[in-house]
Amino acid sequence: MLSRVADSIYWMSRYVERAENVARFVDVNLNLMLDAPGGAGQQWQPLVATTGDHEDFAKRFGKATQHNVTQFLTFDRENPNSIISCLRAARESARSVREIISSEMWLQLNKFYLQVNDAAESGKGMESPHDFFSSVKLSSHLFNGVTDATMTHGEAWNFSRLGRKLERADKTSRILDVKYFILLRSAAEVGTAFDDVQWAAVLRSTSAFEMYRKRHGRISPKGIAQFLLLDTEFPRAIRYCLEMARRSLHAISGTPLGSFKNNGEKQLGQLCSDLAYAHLDDIFAGGLHEYLDDLQTRINLVGTGIFETFFARKVPVSGQPHGKARS
Amino acid sequence: MTFEQYETGGFFDEMIGEDGQPRSAARPLARNILSLPPGELVHRQQAAYRALVQMGITFNVYGASAGVEKTLPFDLVPRIVPASEWDRIERGLRQRIFALNIFINDLYHDRKIIKDGVIPEHVIASSKGFRPQCMGIKPPRGIWCHITGTDLVRHRDGQIYVLEDNLRCPSGVSYVLENRHLMKSLFPEVFAQSKIRPVSNYPIHLRDMLEFLAPDGVVGPRVVLLTPGVFNSAYFEHSFLAQQMGVELVEGSDLVVSDGFVWMRTTQGFERVDVIYRRIDDDFIDPEAFRADSMLGVPGLMEVYKAGNVALANAPGTGVADDKVVYAYVPRIIKYYLGEDAILPNVPTYICEEKKDLDYVLEHLPELVVKAAHESGGNGMLVGPHSTSEICAEFAERIKANPRNYIAQPTLALSRVPTLCNGALEGRHVDLRPYILYGKDIFVLPGGLTRVALKKGSLVVNSSQGGGTKDTWVLADNILTESDRGPEAVQMQTQTFNAQIQGEIS
Repeated sequence: MLSRVADSIYWMSRYVERAENVARFVDVNLNLMLDAPGGAGQQWQPLVATTGDHEDFAKRFGKATQHNVTQFLTFDRENPNSIISCLRAARESARSVREIISSEMWLQLNKFYLQVNDAAESGKGMESPHDFFSSVKLSSHLFNGVTDATMTHGEAWNFSRLGRKLERADKTSRILDVKYFILLRSAAEVGTAFDDVQWAAVLRSTSAFEMYRKRHGRISPKGIAQFLLLDTEFPRAIRYCLEMARRSLHAISGTPLGSFKNNGEKQLGQLCSDLAYAHLDDIFAGGLHEYLDDLQTRINLVGTGIFETFFARKVPVSGQPHGKARS
Repeated sequence: MTFEQYETGGFFDEMIGEDGQPRSAARPLARNILSLPPGELVHRQQAAYRALVQMGITFNVYGASAGVEKTLPFDLVPRIVPASEWDRIERGLRQRIFALNIFINDLYHDRKIIKDGVIPEHVIASSKGFRPQCMGIKPPRGIWCHITGTDLVRHRDGQIYVLEDNLRCPSGVSYVLENRHLMKSLFPEVFAQSKIRPVSNYPIHLRDMLEFLAPDGVVGPRVVLLTPGVFNSAYFEHSFLAQQMGVELVEGSDLVVSDGFVWMRTTQGFERVDVIYRRIDDDFIDPEAFRADSMLGVPGLMEVYKAGNVALANAPGTGVADDKVVYAYVPRIIKYYLGEDAILPNVPTYICEEKKDLDYVLEHLPELVVKAAHESGGNGMLVGPHSTSEICAEFAERIKANPRNYIAQPTLALSRVPTLCNGALEGRHVDLRPYILYGKDIFVLPGGLTRVALKKGSLVVNSSQGGGTKDTWVLADNILTESDRGPEAVQMQTQTFNAQIQGEIS
């Protein structure tokens, strides 16, 4: 398929996934703040910090209040990572590949965008924030479901899954990281009932609460890190996501699993191996935040490798065979 | 709702006859509309609007801020064309396209028509659509104008006239297909009662035609549709047609010329491209051959085309026949090449550079429509009856300064179709753009884009100036199959001509 098209499909899925995860971020914090005793610990700054856009936020919004942060992450059109900006970018990408994706996918994504756009225009989105963020999550799930159910699971679909899983791995690591920031601010609360509430909130924001309970039972920081980082079956766990991304990448290139022909495959293969042999004690010994930070950098490198191999504009060399010519 | 209050206003109405009753072809529809509970028609119109927005069937507005999209207004009362009338339109269009193709080929080769004094050389030389770069080019299968969207209008006299030929990749056919799709869900009862000829096979015909153009010896040709990109106002159509045909939609930057062929950049390396349905103007398709500042095209494309290693549809250079002065010669062009009278007449046209016509035009400006030879979309136009004497005087100076650039036509009283306006049906003026494909034979899509001027009294149907669209129903009462249609003169000639051109190439 065309390099430009592959690029657009990959980013379409990444942006939808990003929008969903931002909704998860904000929604869980809203819930958390409701549980905070006496309004103590109104912590919105960590949300901005983990998205990496804190400078832009500080410049344009100033204080990290609930209203400011929610606005910045949801409806702010100047923030490229807000829900509305992500959906707009996803829709523009989809528009440029409408002939490749199924019309059901386009219909769902277009509705999704219009729904958030209407909420932004009417100013009614935040009247009932929980309903709004739930509807964003649901729309994203619908889009993914429609994608899996209506699109041939060929090259284009694999690019879509590759983008979605890499984005999700990155965002799950950031959600875990939010907890780290909150811990920093309230070391006194470690091990308290409020701490448990916060860890449970992390699980809820990744729709992992019930699945975690089935697997580990008691809420414990290590158990949660184990589950969200290293679980091989939970669909939002980082290891699971990267494993799926790896399968798609190899399906696209045709390279057998366990070997590599390009930089993306090499980076991703090494990352998956490291996760497969990682132990929680080692991770905590080196610091969870440091580990997650490194993980995010390595996921970015996988993205760079994919760009170089599949999306970058190349020029044929005259006189050498160009590819599949028919005559 | 009844048609009793409906006023035809002295115009030809496509649905209601002079006796105030629905024409016979429109009776099932009229019965259905009358049987609807009050408000139902408006309700269905709103449902159609919602469907269009949700499907994202929108066009971009140039100059507006990014992301501003509009839906092309859609009116749910269709234009109905009886079978016998369509039969004549179809024959007329085949004849016209067939002759125009010979004409364009002649202009870029022997120029017999100029030598024989039928059309003056300077008219061709000064036409902006004439491309000297195309002299001597032999396009694949001898065809230049593969896709045409001829604009037809009906005057008060009931006669159908050709208004424009649109030989440079006309747009709008996606609306024909989507409008029909909508109408089938809005009026399923009427579709069951009226025999309406289908339009949904257009993409199949289009792809067959494009594959027919592939360079000799290529099996399973790679066809692509070349778009200027997502910001083009017709982008929806480009993507829709690519999807419906199952071909790649490419932008200029996806293609590269190397070693005498065109290649596209894919995730698995480069793949050869054999046929390009380009929706980019001549000026922009190849910065090495045409405008050097074009960022949309493919450098070196014309050389590959000239060498016969890629086909372009439409061929570059067809725009010469879109010049409104050249248009005025079309009846003579048909007569010259085919020895036949035009089946579909031109709108009577005064050529301002001819002294007698110029004098007449200048004397009668307030009653005429004056058009600039190279403009389209209603730009550069004077509608005499709707203009002040100052504007007419100013236009007169422009004409005198450059008579070659102007033609004039009587103001037509375009026919009308009942249209839902503020909850009631009122007559609004329409035109009709059928689509014609020229490949192995000439195919005329039974239907077309009916454009409607939604403003009361307006004659301008362009979407940029308050126009909308309607579905067009061609009835199949006396439908003939392809083989029943018999040895039609034009079709026979088409084949002979193709054989002749192919003989020249091989």
